[in-house]
Amino acid sequence: MSRRLRLWLFAVGAAGVAVLFLAAVLRMPEFGGVVHPLRAAVLDAAAAHRTPNVVSAVNYDQRAIDTFGEETLLLTAVVGAAALLRGGDDAPPPRPPRTMEAVRAVAYLVLPVTLLLGLATVVHGALTPGGGFQGGIVLGTAVHLVYLVGGRAALDRVRPVTVYVAGEAVGTAAFAATGLAAAATGAGFLANVLPFGTAGSVLSAGTVPLLSAAVGIEVASGVVVLLAGFLRQGTAGDEAAG
Amino acid sequence: MTVLVAAALVVVAAGGTAVGPPGGPAAPAGTLGGAGLLVTRRCAVLEAPDVGLAQLAVGTVVVPLMVMLTVGANARAARKRRR
Amino acid sequence: MTVLAYGVAGWLLLVGVFGVARSRALVHAVVCLSVAQSGSYVLLVAVGYQRGAGPPLAGSFAGPLVDPVVQALTLTDVVVSATVTALLLALSLQIARRHGTTDPDDLTGLKG
Repeated sequence: MSRRLRLWLFAVGAAGVAVLFLAAVLRMPEFGGVVHPLRAAVLDAAAAHRTPNVVSAVNYDQRAIDTFGEETLLLTAVVGAAALLRGGDDAPPPRPPRTMEAVRAVAYLVLPVTLLLGLATVVHGALTPGGGFQGGIVLGTAVHLVYLVGGRAALDRVRPVTVYVAGEAVGTAAFAATGLAAAATGAGFLANVLPFGTAGSVLSAGTVPLLSAAVGIEVASGVVVLLAGFLRQGTAGDEAAG
Repeated sequence: MTVLVAAALVVVAAGGTAVGPPGGPAAPAGTLGGAGLLVTRRCAVLEAPDVGLAQLAVGTVVVPLMVMLTVGANARAARKRRR
Repeated sequence: MTVLAYGVAGWLLLVGVFGVARSRALVHAVVCLSVAQSGSYVLLVAVGYQRGAGPPLAGSFAGPLVDPVVQALTLTDVVVSATVTALLLALSLQIARRHGTTDPDDLTGLKG
């Protein structure tokens, strides 16, 4: 298809979508209005399971089975990307990075703080904004601060990719196992069967912290596996300008 | 408050538009800027701290990094193939 | 205001797809696809917003809270979109390796 034809096709399609979208928007409830049909039910259910962060209550409790679907989707995407990134030869051995001493010092300081922050975000998912998804990404990227400190060699030492490949599987399996354990009690797959505790303590909200941790392991491992795959293919900035 | 919401939305639209134009493989800079702007919107405005946190990590670190690495690797792979 | 909020979501979708249509490199197309997808974040979060309401943390705010359901949907959307973007980028690398180009206009013939 020629470029010209393709852009015309886009213009026609886009005009159609725009008209339909606008027609839909004009019949939507007002932006910022008070019509939120599901909100009351969700807030009540979260309060009953003593989960102050209602978004986590939805993700890891009320719609946990849906999150399980997302988890498998994530796993599949990571496995697919890792498989595609496997072939080919390694990037040419990189020159030892010329990192400024100041940058290395800051990386040293920031690394433990970032790891702690990531862990706290995962663990407090039921209480404050955060949870396995966000904390997992922070953890997965934090590991790469080592690159600033010691370059590829140091990164390869602290980050044996096989461990994270296993972590990817363990995270998903832990999520499924929690669900199956709940099913074994007769309450149903991924039902919140643990005691809810007192709202505000780390071990409250039943299975929410467990599932959040499982997701955290899976997401962090996934980020590391993906970035390792891409890093192996090329070093940032190298030939990117050309 | 309404002004803030409106301004954030306009900035998001502009940021998304800015990522579009670069037709060549020089995407990373546009992405980084666009993604950064996308984050500002949700954190500041629509009372969505969870989403803001996720988007902050994904949109400003992980995806731009992967894009940058792919641009470099693609250029190298293409050149090697043509040789 | 309603038209602006939802309109930005639609605009991002169209601008992203436009970028895909006129793209000259697959990486660029992938980036534009994620712009199109970010339209869905804007739409979802906008649907849940309520003027003057607080964040969806029980006990943190005296008054109504914004709708947490759509925020939970957006959250998974963000993370899954990142991994799917990674998958597409990896595909573009394979294409660069096999065909020596990632310009969609040069990728015409089928190869066995």
